[in-house]
Amino acid sequence: MMGELTDTYASTVGDADPFADPIIRLRDISVQFRHQAVLQQIDLDIHRGETLAIIGESGCGKTVLMKTMVGLIRPEQGSVLFDGQDLSKLSQTELTRIRRRIGFVFQNAALFDSMTIFDNVAFPIWQHESADDREIRERVMERLAEVGLPSEVATKYPAELSGGMRKRVGLARALVLQPELIVYDEPTTGLDPIMSDVINELILATRRNHPVTSVVVTHDMRTARKVANRVVMLFPRRRLQPGQSQVLYDGPPSDLDHASDRRVRQFVRGEAGERIDEMTRDFAARAAVSSPANPRGGTGAMEGESNDG
Amino acid sequence: MAGVTFRDELPAASDRTGRLSHWVTDWGGVVIDAVSTVGDITIFVYRMFIWMFTRPPARGTMLRNCYQVGVLSLPVVALTGTFIGMVLAVQSYRQFQMIGLENRLGAVINSSLVRELGPVLAATMLAGRVGGAIAAVLGTMRVTEQIEALTTMGADPIHYLVVPRFLACVLLIPALTVMADFMGIVGGYFYSVVVLGIDHAAYLQNSADHVTGFDLFSGLIKSFFFGGIIAVVSCYRGFHCEPGAEGVGQAATAAFVMSFVLILGVDLILNILLDAFYYNIWSPEQAP
Repeated sequence: MMGELTDTYASTVGDADPFADPIIRLRDISVQFRHQAVLQQIDLDIHRGETLAIIGESGCGKTVLMKTMVGLIRPEQGSVLFDGQDLSKLSQTELTRIRRRIGFVFQNAALFDSMTIFDNVAFPIWQHESADDREIRERVMERLAEVGLPSEVATKYPAELSGGMRKRVGLARALVLQPELIVYDEPTTGLDPIMSDVINELILATRRNHPVTSVVVTHDMRTARKVANRVVMLFPRRRLQPGQSQVLYDGPPSDLDHASDRRVRQFVRGEAGERIDEMTRDFAARAAVSSPANPRGGTGAMEGESNDG
Repeated sequence: MAGVTFRDELPAASDRTGRLSHWVTDWGGVVIDAVSTVGDITIFVYRMFIWMFTRPPARGTMLRNCYQVGVLSLPVVALTGTFIGMVLAVQSYRQFQMIGLENRLGAVINSSLVRELGPVLAATMLAGRVGGAIAAVLGTMRVTEQIEALTTMGADPIHYLVVPRFLACVLLIPALTVMADFMGIVGGYFYSVVVLGIDHAAYLQNSADHVTGFDLFSGLIKSFFFGGIIAVVSCYRGFHCEPGAEGVGQAATAAFVMSFVLILGVDLILNILLDAFYYNIWSPEQAP
């Protein structure tokens, strides 16, 4: 189902070459945590050069999908092909070689607290290359300048920077090895609107200046509309009927408002819709399950409500 | 009447079956969790040893961890050792005085310190100071995705974070144990000779007669194991930290409690083994 959508949409993707081999190909991916299915039978191709935004409400599994793409989470079922290589069949050394080609920007930057900003950005170079100190210094300063940070921040520690600056350092670190794929996990979450726009512009500038494919996980519709040329919307597995696809939408951002699925339109507009009724029903069911008449309540259907994202 | 009895008994039997079923389920869950944790720790330790022998940690990382574990722990270990030596003197003096053996106090204080109290107390202090800190730091790194960030950049978290901490603990806890022993001996001597007025020469002679090289050896052997326990338990707890500030706090507490219990359990086993070693191999002529 997803493959068909992707193929149909592929011809409309902006600067990506739809006929090129996809850089990432997910086939029949299922992931579960503690018997709670988070992703089920997901098929998705990501083409070189495109910027894909994965959207969806909290807990729908978009971050899990992204981490599965880069081999941080091993799926229970299905395969992840990066440039034609199945990640589950690679040795640790081969996987490390693949990771050199992927830049990862974490939600809260995930900078190493004990290192200076310079050391944080230089870390991937130390891990993968044997460049001399002068070259490392030049490359680190170049990347910091590219994300709009002055050279003085190089000697500071992450705790001394604002949230926006930390995110930019995270981007500089992801760019330092000039990866082919950059994945952004909630790049604008927790930032003010101006700083969010700065980050969006940086994502666009990165795409302009480097031949990269980008995957952006977000629930910020401004970001999705501004940076992406393709949007995929996921829906929480536990709220779907058996047989329904978890991917509700796969297409250009311009068509989101006119999507045929009502749930997509509601999400894009930020309307709760029947979600409030669903939550009330869930709450009542949870109360019944954990009532004194059922002393073992609370260990069944409602578990994993919030930990599957 | 029979019908009434039947209806009354049916729910009770069903209730009993239900309770039994829940009890079996609960205990089954506990056993599965325990077995799975032991399996996890075994794989964790196996991976750590593989990395340790295939690619030693970088010098800078190693030195930073040695400084944290060794240098910063010195004052607290020295202070603890001193007080323990003095407390042993206070506790033992009256009993020995009553039987006229107060000059033998040195033998009791020093052999207790070198064989048992020095290694166990140094390890306990370090489980609190170093183990708690390791679990909290690694737990925070887990919660803030820094450990995942290492993986995405091609660095193995066990090689980069666990191996240097393990080596620092195993190599430096014996040295700290020697420091605890030494300061305990000094503290015990000071209180016995200077405060209680025990004869200086008799105190030293008795100490020299009763504290043997094997006592020091057994204390140091134990401290290697204690260092390994503190490092493995604390790193494992940090790596498996639950999200949030509470998760980090729980990881640090669990690291200390689990290390402490294991230190005492392993201490018992090592004492039995070392005792057997002493009487069968080291000094068989002294075997009872």
